[in-house]
Amino acid sequence: MSERTQSEAFAAPRRELAADTFGMWIFLASEAMLFGALLLVFLAARIAYPQAFAAASGHLSLPLGTANTVVLITSSFTMALAHVFADAGRWRGATAGLAATGALGLVFLAVKGYEYRSEYLEGLAPVLGAPFRYEGPAPANAELFFNLYFTMTALHAAHLLGGIAVVGFVLARWRRTAAAGRLRRVTATGLYWHFVDVVWIFLFPVLYLIDR
Amino acid sequence: MSADTYPPQSYFAAGYGPRAWFLTTDHKRVAWLYLVALTAFFFIGGAMAVVMRLELATPQGDVLTADVYNRMFSIHGIIMVWFFLVPSIPATLGNFLLPLMLGAKDLAFPRLNLASWYVFAFGSLFTLFAVIAGGVDTGWTFYTPLSSLYSDSYVSAAAFGVFIVGFSTIMTGINFIVSVHKLRAPGLTWFRLPIFVWTMYATALVMVLATPVLAASLILIVLERVFGIGVFNPELGGDPLLFQHLFWFYSHPAVYIMILPGMGVVSEILPCFARRPLFGYRAVALSSMAIAVFGFLVWGHHMFVSGQSAYAGVVFSFLSFLVAIPSAIKVFNWTLTLRKGHITFDTPMLYALGFLGLFTFGGLAGLFVASLAVDVHLHDTYFVVAHFHYIMVGGMVTAYMGGLHFWWPKMTGRMYSELWGRIAAVTTFIGFNLTFFPQYVLGYLGMPRRYHAYPAEFAFWHVLSSTGAVVLAIGYVMPFFYLGWSLLRGSAAPANPWRASGLEWQTASPPPQHNFARTPTVTEGPYAYPEPEDER
Ligand SMILES: [Cu+2]
Repeated sequence: MSERTQSEAFAAPRRELAADTFGMWIFLASEAMLFGALLLVFLAARIAYPQAFAAASGHLSLPLGTANTVVLITSSFTMALAHVFADAGRWRGATAGLAATGALGLVFLAVKGYEYRSEYLEGLAPVLGAPFRYEGPAPANAELFFNLYFTMTALHAAHLLGGIAVVGFVLARWRRTAAAGRLRRVTATGLYWHFVDVVWIFLFPVLYLIDR
Repeated sequence: MSADTYPPQSYFAAGYGPRAWFLTTDHKRVAWLYLVALTAFFFIGGAMAVVMRLELATPQGDVLTADVYNRMFSIHGIIMVWFFLVPSIPATLGNFLLPLMLGAKDLAFPRLNLASWYVFAFGSLFTLFAVIAGGVDTGWTFYTPLSSLYSDSYVSAAAFGVFIVGFSTIMTGINFIVSVHKLRAPGLTWFRLPIFVWTMYATALVMVLATPVLAASLILIVLERVFGIGVFNPELGGDPLLFQHLFWFYSHPAVYIMILPGMGVVSEILPCFARRPLFGYRAVALSSMAIAVFGFLVWGHHMFVSGQSAYAGVVFSFLSFLVAIPSAIKVFNWTLTLRKGHITFDTPMLYALGFLGLFTFGGLAGLFVASLAVDVHLHDTYFVVAHFHYIMVGGMVTAYMGGLHFWWPKMTGRMYSELWGRIAAVTTFIGFNLTFFPQYVLGYLGMPRRYHAYPAEFAFWHVLSSTGAVVLAIGYVMPFFYLGWSLLRGSAAPANPWRASGLEWQTASPPPQHNFARTPTVTEGPYAYPEPEDER
């Protein structure tokens, strides 16, 4: 394995690793503004309709939401392990950590999909022309709650799906990647993965725990 | 272009076929890809402006129906803001020059750079499709509830296209920030960076932090139209005003995406043609950062008459006045740079001086509209139209043209006709003022924006403005021909035709593929021109 850099702009792999990591941080700052804007929209609506939002929040599945939180935190742990192994040059451990991370991500999506399905059957989802059915106070405002819930969690799930795809890509190209490239990729992927995890850490209490 | 006349080491020599261009990762070639795409959009958007001015030459609506006129100004705004002004200087001159000014071989992420162009091309062409399919009638601001509930034009498609183009903006921003941090040549400390690099850095920060908020608001508009999610719909408890907050949280900082790069360009041109170091270098550098930061805190000045609270109005008005301080710092420093200079009026300098006057004039008008009471009268009139065109066109486009002429010999290795260059620069200056100064008067007299017909008493000023638009169009078309001619027949440019300071002038024109034969070492600050005191 040669000590080449991927971009001609860099003379040394260490410098390129630092630049990649820094670039990922900048990208995550940008992502934080995206989710931040949506959180702000949600909070504005919640402050306007506290009772309706609290009541609607009770219709989300706390056990499934909690289970998914545990799954995602565990995936961040395996991702951190992958980085520790990659940093030490222990490639088998690194690939195992990546594979576990991707698998846990898929588990999260499966649970989330099951949640969506039961919410759709309950009549809480605004898709496919389904009518909104809800027996509680202020159904119009509750509908706003569920629509925001679907928007924010779906955007998060899309980001997670992207993360899983990247993990899969890194693993698929693993054999053809030089040592410096492996470390760069695991570092950048890991940063992104932890960010997606942190977004969920915000979404979970904000959406599920309003009145519990 | 006669290929064999270029020295074999120039970046053109790497290949002339479509593969060499469309699969390149050379930042200099990506700059050209952007330049071609942006030129096309500039002329499309400009043609629409000419048609609108044609309609407005007479009080009654005769060329366009009201509905078509709405679609015209909407797409003029969308194209000019997102497909020309936002990427204009960063994606062309910035892409070309940033690595050269840093003494680097390329940007930090060359493949990301090329990808940004493809994303831009896809998103902008998608929006063009929306225009051809039926157009958008909401204005470039997509205000709810018109855009979400009532408009039956192609809002979703246009919003989706703009959303996609936003990714290319963010990619460029990340690339620039990381390059400035990690790729500076040995000895090139932060306070030895040219102001152009400082403004690119400040612009990139705004790009990265503001664009995602635009993305969020466009996502919500599309979801509103497709699923009726209710965020902007009062029936579900949503709030149409919320959209204005989100939109201007992006779009006011975006105003600085559309002017900071222009400030960077004139900061390079003025010292060169005054043969003087830039006055107050640190103040100019730091004021760029101040503008980027303050820019995030003033969005509410677009909503003085939208029903936001009076206290919010007062705070936003005050903060908007604060932005005038770093802008004024720059103007004063540019002016003092000219003091006792040996000024020559070459084409880039004519554009830069034009920028200085037009930007100052537009900026001062900004203080009028930032004042609460005055804005109640001026809001949604031609005064506002004149104000932001003085900044965006008088400022940014003028600087863009100046920069294009300044670095043209470096980019192409060819000299253009200096006589034609000067004629075009003067023509645009006259045409611009003739077009937009009457609009200040119109707005003050109460002529509202976005109407295709108007009472006859406004006719005099509208006719002046329409006449000016023709002159301005001629001024913008001219460079297309003589710059194009220079590519074919221009005399070869030396490495440093303007005797300018700066790393980019220390390599060949056009530069070799990896920019420098040997990585330069920097031992002094930028603008190494003689001080007035040295010449006593
Ligand atoms: Cu503004």
